[in-house]
Amino acid sequence: MVKQITVLSGKGGTGKTSLVGSLAALTKKTVMTDCDVDAPDLHLLLKPEILQTQEFKASRVAVMDEEKCIQCGKCEELCRFNAIEKLVIDPILCEGCGVCAYVCPVEAIELRERVSGYAFISRTKYGPMSHARLNPGEENSGKLVSLVRQNAKKIAETENCELIINDGPPGIGCPVIAAVGGVDIGLIVVEPSLSGIHDMERALGLLIHFKIPSLVCVNKYDINEENTDRIVEFCRSNSVEVVGKIPFDTLVTEAMVAGKSIVDYSPKSRVSEAIAELWKRTLENI
Amino acid sequence: MALSLENVQLLDCDVEEPNSHILLQPRIHETKPVYTKFPVISEELCDYCGKCSKFCAYNALFVAPKTVMVFPELCHSCGGCALVCPKNAITEKERQIGVIKNGEAKGVEIVYGELNVGEAMAVPLIREVKKQMKNNKTVVIDAPPGTACSLVASVHNSDYCILVAEPTPFGLHDLKITVQVLKDLGIPMGVVINRAGIGDRKVYEYCKKEKIPLLLEIPFSKQIAELYSRGIPFAVEMPEWKKKFQKILDKIERRREW
Repeated sequence: MVKQITVLSGKGGTGKTSLVGSLAALTKKTVMTDCDVDAPDLHLLLKPEILQTQEFKASRVAVMDEEKCIQCGKCEELCRFNAIEKLVIDPILCEGCGVCAYVCPVEAIELRERVSGYAFISRTKYGPMSHARLNPGEENSGKLVSLVRQNAKKIAETENCELIINDGPPGIGCPVIAAVGGVDIGLIVVEPSLSGIHDMERALGLLIHFKIPSLVCVNKYDINEENTDRIVEFCRSNSVEVVGKIPFDTLVTEAMVAGKSIVDYSPKSRVSEAIAELWKRTLENI
Repeated sequence: MALSLENVQLLDCDVEEPNSHILLQPRIHETKPVYTKFPVISEELCDYCGKCSKFCAYNALFVAPKTVMVFPELCHSCGGCALVCPKNAITEKERQIGVIKNGEAKGVEIVYGELNVGEAMAVPLIREVKKQMKNNKTVVIDAPPGTACSLVASVHNSDYCILVAEPTPFGLHDLKITVQVLKDLGIPMGVVINRAGIGDRKVYEYCKKEKIPLLLEIPFSKQIAELYSRGIPFAVEMPEWKKKFQKILDKIERRREW
């Protein structure tokens, strides 16, 4: 059975992708995915060569034929999304439910499929990668995340990979739920700030809600060691293992500017050593 | 920003991970539950024709030969299933998806939403937060990350967007796609560079090329990072920044000629 790990954080910008980029360099027989489909960044480090592109069609939008419209106003009255105002459909607010087209007595409204994004299957120097790009402002990021994960599973089976590492999206809503469903471990990356701790608690709550084994690692732990201690204490009292503490180092940004993971850019740095150590402890939990 | 301006209402629309209240420590005077509708099927009236599940664009209903399954967390509450049901077997019930809280901190009125953990859909809650908007105030909205529907719901109908970007490759990439969303929405925008001094100059070059005004640079500073980590807005401890935030608003107002 292929094992799966999702790296998540609740809060954006805590260093998930920098960590996942490093894990790609540390592992073999692994499929990497970027489940942050509406703001993906992992490809900036892994530089994938795209082998296959799939259109992702998951939503519809209502389009009105003004010539047919008899201005009865039924559509506007029944649209729950306030997407119709003065008989003009706002495609941004439209959620494609189809109620307007159903109630229109003269068939003046039609629902058109829209391409919401693209899924990609790629090759990187570290191995296969499954990723995607949601079109700006689109819905259904959760469904696209599911597609990315399905693709990853298929690749893992055909290429005999043992592990899938998912770079998760921020937040705790639908794309995150899609990114953690059924994984073997959720690894939360937290920064030692009060807001970071708050967001970690909610992300942990989500993993517990879905009964997913959780691990925590603290990034930039030395920015505020008092808060780091609070995180460690909080995890201990909730029986969650803290698998590592990564120090703050400007080398991480330097590596990003160079388009590399820190483990590739500076393998002997304290950050790289901390990542190797936390990865070892993570694997002991699988 | 909210603490630097006068007559401000702050709406935290990052309902998945709201943080404004951690920095502002408001006194909360009202907590309201937010509900969303979902269908309930009368087994007595239903004849399992399947029209509702066929209509539902979100796969929230599944009709088997002798039973109907409803998945409330997939439902967008459009009401379509009840409309198409030939037997009038569908009614709608409400369930709670989160809360919104109203409070006040240092003269700033603050409203934020908190999505229940395990709940997938943030947009209905974001809409409720935005309904609390007061037209006689300068309204500052804290938007969620990303470029999907939650972001769109948060910024929709805004007069101006301030994009906070880090001068790094990740920052540049995320900035570019967010700019695309705002262009599609027709919302004017400017950029604040956070942690200026790290990374490279590409965000600056991009803004210049795209003619996106640079509103402010906040340097990378250990002091600011440390204050943030303790939950203290740096403009409180470093009041010279308040003027700089006020100037942002002046710049925006001059550009927009309201």
